[in-house]
Amino acid sequence: MHDFTKTLAPSPFYDRIVAQSQTQNWAHWNGYQTPRVVDTVASEYFAVRSSCSVMDLTPMEKYRITGPDAKAFLNRLVVRDVSKLKPGRVTYVVWCNDEGKVIDDGTVFHLSEGVYRLCAQHHQLDWLRLSSIGFDVSIELETHDVAALSVQGPTSYSVLTEAGISGLETVKPFDIVHTQLDGFDITVSRTGFTGDLGYELWTEPENALALWDAIFEVKKRGLYDIRLIGLDALEMVRIEAGFIMPGWDFNTAETVIRDGYDRTPYELDLGWLVNLNKPYFTGKRALAAANKQPLKRKMVKLILDGNKVPSGSFIFDRKDGKNIGAVMAHSWSPILKRAIAYADIELINGQVPKEVSVEIYYQKELAWKLHWARAEVTDKPFWTPKRRSITPPDAY
Amino acid sequence: MTKNLSAIVIGGGHNGLVCATYLASSGVKTTLLEARETLGGGLSKQTLRDGTAVPGLIQTHHSLNDKIARELKLQSTPCEPLPTTLLSTSGEHITLMGDKVSGAGVSARDISEYRAFREEYLSYGKALKSLMLNTPPRLKHFDWSDKTVFAKLGLDLRFGLGKAGLNEFLRVAGMNLFDVLEERFSSELLKGGIAADALFGNHAGPKTPTTVLPMLMRLFQETGSTASRQVAQVDNLAGQLAEAAKSAGVEIKTSTTVHSVVMDNDKPTGVMLENGDILNADIIVSNADAKTTFLKLVGARNLDGMFTHRVTKTRTNGDVAKFFATFDATPKFTNLSQNASSGRFLVAPTLMYVERAFNHCKYGEFSEAPVLDIHLTTLDNGKSLLSANAMFAPYNLKQGWEAGRAAFEDKILDILSLYAPGIASQVACRELWSPTDIEKSFHIEGGHWHHGEMAIDQSFMMRPVPGAGQYGTPVPGLYLCGAAAHPGGDITGLPGRNAAKQILADLKGRR
Repeated sequence: MHDFTKTLAPSPFYDRIVAQSQTQNWAHWNGYQTPRVVDTVASEYFAVRSSCSVMDLTPMEKYRITGPDAKAFLNRLVVRDVSKLKPGRVTYVVWCNDEGKVIDDGTVFHLSEGVYRLCAQHHQLDWLRLSSIGFDVSIELETHDVAALSVQGPTSYSVLTEAGISGLETVKPFDIVHTQLDGFDITVSRTGFTGDLGYELWTEPENALALWDAIFEVKKRGLYDIRLIGLDALEMVRIEAGFIMPGWDFNTAETVIRDGYDRTPYELDLGWLVNLNKPYFTGKRALAAANKQPLKRKMVKLILDGNKVPSGSFIFDRKDGKNIGAVMAHSWSPILKRAIAYADIELINGQVPKEVSVEIYYQKELAWKLHWARAEVTDKPFWTPKRRSITPPDAY
Repeated sequence: MTKNLSAIVIGGGHNGLVCATYLASSGVKTTLLEARETLGGGLSKQTLRDGTAVPGLIQTHHSLNDKIARELKLQSTPCEPLPTTLLSTSGEHITLMGDKVSGAGVSARDISEYRAFREEYLSYGKALKSLMLNTPPRLKHFDWSDKTVFAKLGLDLRFGLGKAGLNEFLRVAGMNLFDVLEERFSSELLKGGIAADALFGNHAGPKTPTTVLPMLMRLFQETGSTASRQVAQVDNLAGQLAEAAKSAGVEIKTSTTVHSVVMDNDKPTGVMLENGDILNADIIVSNADAKTTFLKLVGARNLDGMFTHRVTKTRTNGDVAKFFATFDATPKFTNLSQNASSGRFLVAPTLMYVERAFNHCKYGEFSEAPVLDIHLTTLDNGKSLLSANAMFAPYNLKQGWEAGRAAFEDKILDILSLYAPGIASQVACRELWSPTDIEKSFHIEGGHWHHGEMAIDQSFMMRPVPGAGQYGTPVPGLYLCGAAAHPGGDITGLPGRNAAKQILADLKGRR
């Protein structure tokens, strides 16, 4: 357990992160001091898309779920059927409250037979505990007991192989392998929050610095560029990849105050996760009922015309038309050379519109200007390179 | 509309019998399953270790609401109103009978005040009628029927009570008994007795906030019938209800324990018995408490997470133990005539006595000086039976009830000896049922009289929990009809009746 009397705790990688930070620009993430920007956002962004990025993943909420009913517990918790998730596999999940409104999202790691790790965006111990009533299951918060690094980018496979981690050539997306590096145990999963080729590495905190050094040794040897990245660059790549952030892109169910401001998976375009044919899970009856009703609103992806970024923009059915929603997350996508956004919009006549108008306020020489941008609605991730999914990955 | 539909009622307590009778009368093919050998739950007769047949958990109760008795066509039995004697160590006992209070130590002011108090509080109880006799209105997504109940309640309160009455009702409804009784009466014995009578079955002392509410709920019962009456003298209510159920066409199976509710595609299709047999029905109605119903019979795996949590967190630990003692000769209470020493007696000499008795149970101890609700009868064999509800006797007794049982029996006899000197040495046989015994023997989680605390946060549309406060539950086709449902415990038949009305309305496609 880390000491919660300290406002921001250092992660096991803290010494190395501080040494690399050019900006000392920090954010707090789940109680840890986390870099917002290490050097420049642009160089960090391109590390993910063009070479190799490293990010400290330790602050992410992690729970170890074990016991005879671990599988049944997880399957009752989440909307997706995870009963067939094999040991050594990972899957993306969301979970809902009784009313079928999304509480949080995360990933379930089936580490070994009957041993699971649940990663979550927000603290979930209370929800997991109350969901465990009637199940013979043990739920341990292990956020502070596991050091984790995310290594992402086209050269991540080559970098990790050079660092001494062998066997990655057969690791498929969402696979987990348990291996060794310099005599200590590490777990490697081919997962990430960037939509690119990438891996997440998990180990005991005492091995954290050795793991770090083994990776950055590859850079020292002059083989590959490797860059530590911060949250700002991550925000850009995760939007490109089509990943949503509970609590930022939409209200999480157990924190929302007013009725109707929380969202079902259907409204978040996550209906594909909901399995109404599996045994009962929290929110199933509500979701089955919601599924019979026509959808009223949806989180959609927008690709905008022009170079203006739709910060805090309202969405209209057409220029000066009806306000149908607002932008929830946005970014300039350097790799697409387009402005992209997620918007929470009402459907028009029960249909997702093919295009919408975005009212963008921007500054020119500090003077505020209004710009109407046409935006195309897309249902695919903005960025899905082939290298993300091919096995073995290309060695660069 | 209800033809060819079938229902299974789990549990043959009085509410289960009432509900089953209503359903069967409306043409629903109804089967009632009772785990015990006898029907009536707490009303059914029991046998002590020495073989003495005794009235069961319930020794005295108000008669069923007249409306229910009429609707179920119960044979009307002449019912003798039973006086309640508040015992005093000085021998200056007070007797309560209807609106009258009498006794050597009672002032003329207390006598007239008691009459006024009864009139006033009975009118408050009566004003709750539309709430008590209906499905409690939902607070969220409410429809026409919810609005109607709210409107009726509002009108009854405003025009039934008048402006001054409504003001006073709103002032006292959220108060505690201690403050209300201190305002009105001077006799400590009278105040203690009224408080004890209102509090029995609840985890509360006179100073516990909102304790006027359980008193009003109890007084409501008196507005629909005559008075407190003796179970033994009534030609057994349980038997009458069972007869009514049978003549309505209910198929009754006793000694039949339900293991679980059978679910198919997230809907209940029937029940599985302990022996593995499966009985199918369209509607499943549970007379069991909420924890038994949801956590044991349905199971968390068929329920939502937060709902399960809410059920788990309801306060259902009982605080009342049942004490029996038999005597070869009628025990003699100080200053009570032979004639009067068969009846109902309360040991609650002051408000603070009751409050101090309650203090112990907050810390897992039984009361040093318990509050007693005593009933004396003569058995067929000529022996005398004393049965007493003794509070406070916490379900989670620190030392456990196996270790604590004899000590609490002694405490009860110590207190009884203050009013009937020498009584302890005359006991032929004694027996105590702790809340843990009651839990086991009557299949009530926590051994709670009312299947859960009758506090404001577990009452009305929040009884037993939000989401199951209108008899229906999150599981479509599964209903609650027992004391865990509105308006709660005591022998009223109201949860059973209201549940049946709701089920029939749902079957007809309303709501």
